[in-house]
Amino acid sequence: MNADFTAEELKFQKEVQDFLKAEFPQDIKHKVDNGIRLEKDDFVRWQKILYKKGWVAPNWPVEYGGTGWTPTQKYIFAMEMGLYGAMEPVAFGVKMVAPVIYSYGNEEQKKRFLPDILASNVWWCQGYSEPNSGSDLASLKTTAVRDGDHYVVNGTKTWTTLGQYADWIFCLVRTDSTAKKQEGISFLLIDMKTPGIKVSPIYLLDDEPEVNEVHFDNVRVPVENLIGEENQGWTYAKVLLTHERTNIAQVPNSKLKLRKLRDLAANTPDGFGGSLLNNTVFARKLAEVEIQVLALEYAELRTLAAVSVGKAPGPESSILKVVGTEATQFIDELYMEVAAYHSLPHIPEQFAEGFDGDRVGKGSLANSSNVYFNNRKKSIYGGSNEIQKNIISKAVLGL
Amino acid sequence: MDFSYSDEQQMLQDSVQKFVYSQYDFDTRRKIIKTDTGFSAEYWSLFAELGWLTVPFKEEDGGFGGSAVDLMVVMEEFGKGMVVEPFLATAVLGGGLISELGSAAQKEAMLSAVMEGSLQLATAYAEPDSRYNLASVGTSAKKDGASYVINGNKVLVLNGPAANKLLVVARTSGEKFDRDGISVFVVDASASGISKREYTAVDGHRAAEVQFNDVKVSADSLLGAEGKALTALERVIDRAALAVSAEAVGAMDCLLKKTVEYTKTRKQFGVAIGTFQALQHRMSEMFIECQLARSIVIMAAMKLDTTASDAEKAKAVAAAKARVGRAMRKVGQESVQLHGGIACTDELDVGHYFKRVTTIENLFGNTDYQLVRYASL
Repeated sequence: MNADFTAEELKFQKEVQDFLKAEFPQDIKHKVDNGIRLEKDDFVRWQKILYKKGWVAPNWPVEYGGTGWTPTQKYIFAMEMGLYGAMEPVAFGVKMVAPVIYSYGNEEQKKRFLPDILASNVWWCQGYSEPNSGSDLASLKTTAVRDGDHYVVNGTKTWTTLGQYADWIFCLVRTDSTAKKQEGISFLLIDMKTPGIKVSPIYLLDDEPEVNEVHFDNVRVPVENLIGEENQGWTYAKVLLTHERTNIAQVPNSKLKLRKLRDLAANTPDGFGGSLLNNTVFARKLAEVEIQVLALEYAELRTLAAVSVGKAPGPESSILKVVGTEATQFIDELYMEVAAYHSLPHIPEQFAEGFDGDRVGKGSLANSSNVYFNNRKKSIYGGSNEIQKNIISKAVLGL
Repeated sequence: MDFSYSDEQQMLQDSVQKFVYSQYDFDTRRKIIKTDTGFSAEYWSLFAELGWLTVPFKEEDGGFGGSAVDLMVVMEEFGKGMVVEPFLATAVLGGGLISELGSAAQKEAMLSAVMEGSLQLATAYAEPDSRYNLASVGTSAKKDGASYVINGNKVLVLNGPAANKLLVVARTSGEKFDRDGISVFVVDASASGISKREYTAVDGHRAAEVQFNDVKVSADSLLGAEGKALTALERVIDRAALAVSAEAVGAMDCLLKKTVEYTKTRKQFGVAIGTFQALQHRMSEMFIECQLARSIVIMAAMKLDTTASDAEKAKAVAAAKARVGRAMRKVGQESVQLHGGIACTDELDVGHYFKRVTTIENLFGNTDYQLVRYASL
């Protein structure tokens, strides 16, 4: 057993660190460090810098623009990015639709879509969930009916994250209503500018329009936008879900948040002349979550080690989703506890670009209850944690 | 032993319940919190007319009686409607301090106006670094001839934007953490030297950060004896802690009820999700939490209405707030989780109950603070 990095790997780690220091834009770093909301342009600009370096998509095959890194290098890269506060490229293009396109798309589709995803020229969003199809995704009802060279799409997709920025959406649509529910689904790419598409914002608990409903009213989609074979979409979607689950443990991000939390607690008076970090009740909770993240990190490393010797990540990756999301949610609770009543003002303006006054509340803690509220979604999205536990009981424990 | 309400308490509950049920639905509330003032003046007058604003006050002050059980009855119903009108800030906190500390003349001048609904109050006690320690007071009030001059910063001044008068906790002598030397002043909200940063809190309630910059007040604005206000302040904050704990009991009952209803109607995999045993057990646990929270709040309210010592009463409130805090975390989170994505939106009331109970956790001593306090008492 050995979890040490080789000399080569250490050199690579240094290279990533130097790159981040030199190239991650200062203004974006300022926003990340101070809890200021990121805009579309921040994501696009940063991804274009990664693109120039060739580091957008470590998981893609080299022929389409992947890095050709070993699993350990990928791990190092993700860790350094997370610890520095540098955002991963928005997942919908790079991590979600692209693997489906390069795995199941035809040559024409690969040429048409992959370069623009890599270069961040096109913003993608996801059309999976529907108002009545959440955990039971395969029951989806949005239809695509063939009419000459087109599909005519009707229905409603929901929880479409950042859909307001999107140029394209990838959708699961029903092409055969007579088949078993998983077998009548197709994977369709749709240009958001097509007539008949309406995007309506959904405001979440922090009052931000982060997700949307996307309505399709007789939207005509060229048949060449179908990925793979008609009625095989569910198979492709499942592949996509396993890609979605890489990095889902969010260990680098949790580590960064814990490090900042420790600093904040050290500088927060407990009201009795000491600091909150010296308060045993609080210190105990902080220790508990740090240990949880450490155990999670090694669980992820073990999965990674299995992948590097050629095994596919199995249903055990459900562990990473459950524990990862619960750990970040618990960290959010601790931020709120450090902030105490300073977390209560709801003043979105002071987290917008350009705000440079003193915040009501206290610095970056002033938003901590809104962050806590917003992140309750984490144990719900991406296959709710209940669904993950079903996967473990069925696929791992054989129950 | 008798846990039933008196006829008067039953009538009080019926009256508040009827109001919330027929005039305070979620859409009405949503409209109210979006108005300039963030509460309904019309409803405030109605509260006065129905006598609810007299509930926290003793009969000798012209009130309904001032029992903690009465207060619990009102607050539980307010919790079901997530009522935002400044009852707590004006009648329980501000009115409570005047009742505890005020001279006959001060009570005469202010309490009847509070009960009639014509005077609104806010209490400026918390400071940026005080956390939940009420003795941690850095704001100073220095004697200057026949006046006092107040300087300092206060945060989380509930109802700060609408209050006509502020009750300001300031230090007239001693060092930052001393129990002695803390005084309360009644200051006109428009006094010169006061500046406010007003805001809406995450739960829709209005509050402000208030700066006092050489605010000069006359000696007769002092409430009670100079430097001796802390014990009364502790009693008032404990009463407020009990009040919001009772409010939480109402809110949690709604969360449980709504979650059970939702899981009976929401279908996935061809069946109502409430048929899944994994979810049933979690709702059973929510029910247990709700019942324990209700029980310990009743215990604390009854204790406050006895002749028990201040320390015993404080211990009862600490126990209640800590236990209800734990229940709120669990019931709030589970309600959202079992509803799924829909409860993460602003559209559904569930998220708003969740935000209110989370706010309550952070008010008047959070769970950890009250646990440590309980252990020390």
